[in-house]
Amino acid sequence: MPDPMRIRATAQGNSTEVRVLMSHEMETGARKDASGNLVPAHFISNVTVTHAGKVVLSAEWGAAISKNPFLQFKFSGGKKGDEITVTWVDNKGETRTDKAVIS
Amino acid sequence: MANRREFIQFTGVVGVLVSTGLLSAEQALAQQAAWNKAAFDAKSLSDAVKALGGGSVAESKDITITGPDIAENGAVVPVGVASKVPGTQAVYILVEKNPSLLAASFNIPAGTEANVSTRIKMGQSSNVIGLVKANDKWFTASKEVKVTLGGCGG
Repeated sequence: MPDPMRIRATAQGNSTEVRVLMSHEMETGARKDASGNLVPAHFISNVTVTHAGKVVLSAEWGAAISKNPFLQFKFSGGKKGDEITVTWVDNKGETRTDKAVIS
Repeated sequence: MANRREFIQFTGVVGVLVSTGLLSAEQALAQQAAWNKAAFDAKSLSDAVKALGGGSVAESKDITITGPDIAENGAVVPVGVASKVPGTQAVYILVEKNPSLLAASFNIPAGTEANVSTRIKMGQSSNVIGLVKANDKWFTASKEVKVTLGGCGG
């Protein structure tokens, strides 16, 4: 099972900055292992961030995102104490959801 | 029983997800099925734009790409794309000389700033292209990043 994400969400005035660090191998499918076999691609394909039932960012990723992906963005309307939810799905159908409180 | 611990963690997390009704398996799979394979397989900028549903692309000075001039490690290149184009709906990050150009696409709903940062892999020195969809028009800007150690392959 994938490790939890680390999520920081900070409210500054009317805007909330969200920073997420996910834990994932992000295999491109082009790399070979020690015995010369291709390592199959395994990467996060979709990321969704929601706040108060509304999607504030949805992303589609390819294998060119670095291992243990980092994501940063800002949205308006978040308040201190609100909860945000981050969900990712990878190309093998694994998924993980974590929540964080805006500080 | 090497997997006992993993198994227990797994059932625990699934239990939590189901009980809070956060995410159904169908939802997750539907999201993954909607993934735009054609766009992520595209080998040129125009193919990628076409696969994303766009047509002609104009250069724009309202798009800012942040990133290092020289990246020592191509496996981890911090890159950000900010768009001041009014009505930005989506932001894309592409790397001109990667085997597949498109690295990431972000849908920007109203209320979210068109300014995202992430970390990408680069096979070699190349232009990083920021592509922006605004009011169904397409704009780009690019920035050259030199890579001293490639991020693809072993």
